[in-house]
Amino acid sequence: MTAALELRSISKRFGPIQALEGADFVLQPGEVHALLGENGAGKSTLMNIAAGILRPDRGEVVVKGVSLRLDSPRNAARHGVGMVHQHFSSVPAFTALENVALAARWPMTSPRVVRGKLEELTRRTGLAIDPDARTESLSVILRQRIEILKALATDASILLFDEPTGTLAPPDALDLLRVIRDLAARGSAVVLITHRLDEALAHADRVTVLRRGKVVFTSPAPGLSEDQLASHMLGHPPESTSSPVSAAVGGPPAIQVDRLSVPPLGGRGPGLRDASFHIVPGEVVGLAAVEGSGQNELLRALAGLIRPGSGVVHVQAPVAFVPEDRTTEGLIQEFSLADNMILGFGTSAPWIRHGVLAPDLCERLTAELIEEHQVHSSGPLARAATLSGGNQQRFILARALAQKPRVLLAEQPARGLDIQASRDVYQRLRLAAGAGAAVLLHANDLDELLGWCDRLMVVAGGYLQVVPPGTGRDAIGRMMLAPGSSPS
Amino acid sequence: MTMLSVTRRGLGDWVASLAAVLAGLAILALGLSVAGYDAAGALAALWHGAFGSWYAFTSATLVRAIPLITIGLGIALAFRAGALNIGAEGQFYAGAILATWTGLHLQGWPRFPAVVMVLLAGVVGGGLWSLVPAWLKRRYGVLEVISTLMLNFVAEALTSLMVQGPLQEARGVYPQSDSIVAAARLPLIPGTRLHWGFALSLFLAALLWFLFRRTLWGFQLRATGTNPRAARVSGRINVGAVAAAALIGSGMLAGLAGSMEVSGVSYALFQSLSPGYGFTAIAVALLARLDPRVIVLTGVLFAALETGAAGMQRDAGVPAVVVYVVEAVIILVVLVADAGARRRAAPVPEGAAA
Repeated sequence: MTAALELRSISKRFGPIQALEGADFVLQPGEVHALLGENGAGKSTLMNIAAGILRPDRGEVVVKGVSLRLDSPRNAARHGVGMVHQHFSSVPAFTALENVALAARWPMTSPRVVRGKLEELTRRTGLAIDPDARTESLSVILRQRIEILKALATDASILLFDEPTGTLAPPDALDLLRVIRDLAARGSAVVLITHRLDEALAHADRVTVLRRGKVVFTSPAPGLSEDQLASHMLGHPPESTSSPVSAAVGGPPAIQVDRLSVPPLGGRGPGLRDASFHIVPGEVVGLAAVEGSGQNELLRALAGLIRPGSGVVHVQAPVAFVPEDRTTEGLIQEFSLADNMILGFGTSAPWIRHGVLAPDLCERLTAELIEEHQVHSSGPLARAATLSGGNQQRFILARALAQKPRVLLAEQPARGLDIQASRDVYQRLRLAAGAGAAVLLHANDLDELLGWCDRLMVVAGGYLQVVPPGTGRDAIGRMMLAPGSSPS
Repeated sequence: MTMLSVTRRGLGDWVASLAAVLAGLAILALGLSVAGYDAAGALAALWHGAFGSWYAFTSATLVRAIPLITIGLGIALAFRAGALNIGAEGQFYAGAILATWTGLHLQGWPRFPAVVMVLLAGVVGGGLWSLVPAWLKRRYGVLEVISTLMLNFVAEALTSLMVQGPLQEARGVYPQSDSIVAAARLPLIPGTRLHWGFALSLFLAALLWFLFRRTLWGFQLRATGTNPRAARVSGRINVGAVAAAALIGSGMLAGLAGSMEVSGVSYALFQSLSPGYGFTAIAVALLARLDPRVIVLTGVLFAALETGAAGMQRDAGVPAVVVYVVEAVIILVVLVADAGARRRAAPVPEGAAA
């Protein structure tokens, strides 16, 4: 049988980083093939090469037995390779029909023909969509469905999904995985990039593991265990993941919110509506939500960065805020670590006297801090940009903890980090709670929140609910669905 | 928004700056040869005009460097905060107008207070002129690039109106003001036409360097200019206020330059008081990579080019305007070198290796 897609000894280098080194990958027709690996292992790079987005330094791309030089996504699409990216690439103001037609280069001059084509496509694939719905008004799962239809509309028989479940609530994720299985049953060959081991084992036929740019393991999925896969991903057996749960210190609330409403950031989404809750010192509270449900508005209003529309907020100072985007908001990449300390500390810092800075003192304190928190860098004068993502985040947290915050607010602090680095991050948050801070934490991954938090709250469609103790994972997942959106 | 990566300067940047100056001169020489001039003779005349004698150096080159340095410092102040002030020309005239008006009304004042009053009037004039774009930006989000540029035309028209109306000389013949009172004139360094404004501009360069490097306010300014989002999210910096203050401070320095020109050189106001100082100073600041110490050097360099050009026209018959080609080439080379350096330094996008 001819493989649908074959990648032969692919190598790719980005500056000093060898992203891929002699990676081989074979995808058979009709199979769902999970591609596993930690962040930075090279999963996306490998699939971007297959989709014609990146060109390999060395190696060969073979589609249905023919060796090809894929130099653009359009060229790849012509040969039946389509990619569904993690971040959607549809025009928000267009309808579903317009977006699909745009991607497939259907001529919009004959609307009736195009409409017929889309109807035929949805019938053939079982992916129903309202062709006239404006894309921005649709739920995340339906917007993702448009992305899939866009790939299928170019007659793609090889579909590459890049972390498709990363931004979905658990019931939606399950629904999507069923769709993917169904596509394979209808003859498509599917690659599923993921870092979720349970997903790979439950829904894939085969599994391939990448570690540091090399393929280290490939095997049929049945009969494998999560531990087996984890040790291939890490290169060593995984440590036990029991989280230290501290008893809440208690006392009067450090965060007290009463009927808080916040207008949406950037004018899009629901914002936050009428939220009430409190958090006492020593507690780590997880905020579960899918993208754009109002969690950013809540955290940023508590941090004092945006003005609430109405309601009462009491937050004890000092407050530390860890923004979602560490590269553009958490740090100034062009500045040294010492300068980034000055940025984070503001006006009340030991190195400021009458508005004049004492750089020597700041550098010394920065050096001590990066030593204490094992931030790998060439020293306090290293530019932030020279640090790896994990070390940048370690530095940001170290800087926050050094201010002995009473309240610590974190937006996806472990995003894009590998397993060890994200565990580090969560341990530091627990440390802050142990020192008496009230911690409010948002992460996309529900399991991470369940593992590291004392209790959970859910925001969906702008409405906040406190999760009652003892609520199961599935029930929490259902709470995360925006009110009014149906799960199918 | 950053036009130049100003936070880290390595040896490569200075090599690029030097290469830019040499490239500018080389293109000038090439152009002159092609056009049939004696290139070597013209460059010698250029050098001689700028540095040929002590008198030429102090009384022509350094006198011209004073406004370029002072305005250049103002440009650095604004650009470092991410506020693109290209209205220094107008702020210079606003300062000159108010300084002239003040200088005409100080009969009977002793020298020192009179000079201080005139210079302060310039600071106030330039500050008021840049207050308008600063306010428009904070209140309505009007881009300062547009508003400061447009106000240049207004200021030049206002100058024209002044010297033909309220400030016109008593004789009413020429479109210029009367001379300001003797007490309001900046003293000269004996044996030269160089006024004490030169010392003031050196002091301001040192002050600004200290401000950028060693004060919290200077830090906030650099943070705002380098990454306004991170500056805002830090929760410690009022980004809008910092940028507005930098823009106003920038206008004050340009206004000061206008008053020094009146008080130290022309003693009167007229329409072409500035041969485009406000625009040349942008080149001065960019070539110095917004470093106040280096602005002193690049200010003298550009002043030398422009005064030398007059010598070149006189002695070699080459039109003086060709030095503007040199200035333009220098700036282009600096910008291209900087864009290239930034591209090489660009980190791998996080998603690419994920």
